[in-house]
Amino acid sequence: MTIAVNGTIVSLPDDPRVSLLDLLREHLHLPGTKKGCNQGACGACTVLADGERILSCLALAVQYEGRAITTVEGLATDEGLHPLQAAFIEHDGFQCGYCTPGQICSAIGMADELRRGVPSHVTRDLAAPVIALTHDELRERMSGNLCRCGAHNGIVEAIAETFAELVP
Amino acid sequence: MSPFRYARAADVSDAVRQAQAAGSRFLGGGTNLVDLMRETVERPTALVDVTGMPADIGESADGGLVIGAAARNTAVAEHPLIRTRYPMLSRAIVAGASAQIRNMATVGGNLLQRTRCAYFYDNGGSRCNKRQPGEGCDAIDGFNRYHAILGASPSCVAVHPSDMCVALAALDAAVNVESVHGARSLPFAELHRLPGDLPQIDTCLEPGELITALVLPPLPIARHSTYRKVRDRSSYAFALISVAAALDVQDGIITDVRLALGGVAHKPWRAHEAEALIRGKPPEPAVFLAAADAELSAAQPLPGNRFKIELARRTIAAVLSELAGEQA
Repeated sequence: MTIAVNGTIVSLPDDPRVSLLDLLREHLHLPGTKKGCNQGACGACTVLADGERILSCLALAVQYEGRAITTVEGLATDEGLHPLQAAFIEHDGFQCGYCTPGQICSAIGMADELRRGVPSHVTRDLAAPVIALTHDELRERMSGNLCRCGAHNGIVEAIAETFAELVP
Repeated sequence: MSPFRYARAADVSDAVRQAQAAGSRFLGGGTNLVDLMRETVERPTALVDVTGMPADIGESADGGLVIGAAARNTAVAEHPLIRTRYPMLSRAIVAGASAQIRNMATVGGNLLQRTRCAYFYDNGGSRCNKRQPGEGCDAIDGFNRYHAILGASPSCVAVHPSDMCVALAALDAAVNVESVHGARSLPFAELHRLPGDLPQIDTCLEPGELITALVLPPLPIARHSTYRKVRDRSSYAFALISVAAALDVQDGIITDVRLALGGVAHKPWRAHEAEALIRGKPPEPAVFLAAADAELSAAQPLPGNRFKIELARRTIAAVLSELAGEQA
């Protein structure tokens, strides 16, 4: 019973009660992923599972056996920060920083959903093969990540700049 | 969280066999059940993980669609045939939860999610007949802005939380289920129940029955359909009122209509009475408002949710007018 976290294969816990979030933070000592509400309401615990954004607090770690998890710690390379991480710094996309790892993982998953053509609540034409990352689409698609500091303007700017090829 | 055994089901027959163990529950994406277990509202002793069950979405012989119960909510919402043939279903799904949760949540789990009544969740702090039968209901005299106006009982005023299910009620879907005793199919309208004296029972499923698929009938009217959700914030919130509707207008007369409401009852509310009053009439606001009034005439609001009657009335008329305008 193993799981890949940021490219490293690790054992899953024996106790099935351990959430993916607690596995990351408490067992693997990867505290980048944050525990906000621990009930699926804030998005601070967002990670990527095989590239799809999920909430690690509502995920039992055992359910993700054999899957590849990417946390904020896995985004930078030897070349430097992920472009979205750099853009968050450039645009002041945070104040306290607690929601930031979740915002960044969420936005990376969001960009993939948009490239795939997944519709959102504000998508006017459901039949459209390509959906542009307008201001409204971006805000709707990131609404599962709360920021209590109110750094939304910087967050939106950082995401729009990083994924400029998706912006109309 | 209480201890439990966890096992991944190999296939449907393995899943239903494992589910015979006392205290066992099926586990989908976990977005509701894991939360309820953490709050000790649910205390299963065994979880049978059914996320590996069929998740395919494909056309049936009669031109409808079959959706495997393990399909994720996002997979349903983004499917080309659902977007074009049943747009209200795509719209209902993307109106619910957040993208992260929709990526995790399965169709079967969405159908069986439990009410978000705060008193149901408040284990140890509040009385709830759904959580502890016979204990009483603190919502009736409490903060009941989000609660039912139709079909409630003195024992429970909770509402069903799903957006997707409101669309399924309007679409005349069917639900395929299987247990060790065999397989059967039931109309979607017969899946969920009103609370009556047994609010602890949400559905008409027998113990150990697993939802294996959703079946959408071929329904040309559904191409002209939509879903509107009214909530306290513009995204990532449960409905105060929601409306799923489909409308077919020919030569200035409504030939057919489908209408269902969310946020009003213990189950997705199919508005049959309103539909009957709309068919054969011209697509005019007065017709829609009169039909809404008839459907809502049985409403019994609580002190905190009296506004829902007028909100439902206006939302029904607005959604039907929008659909009529697209066909003008």
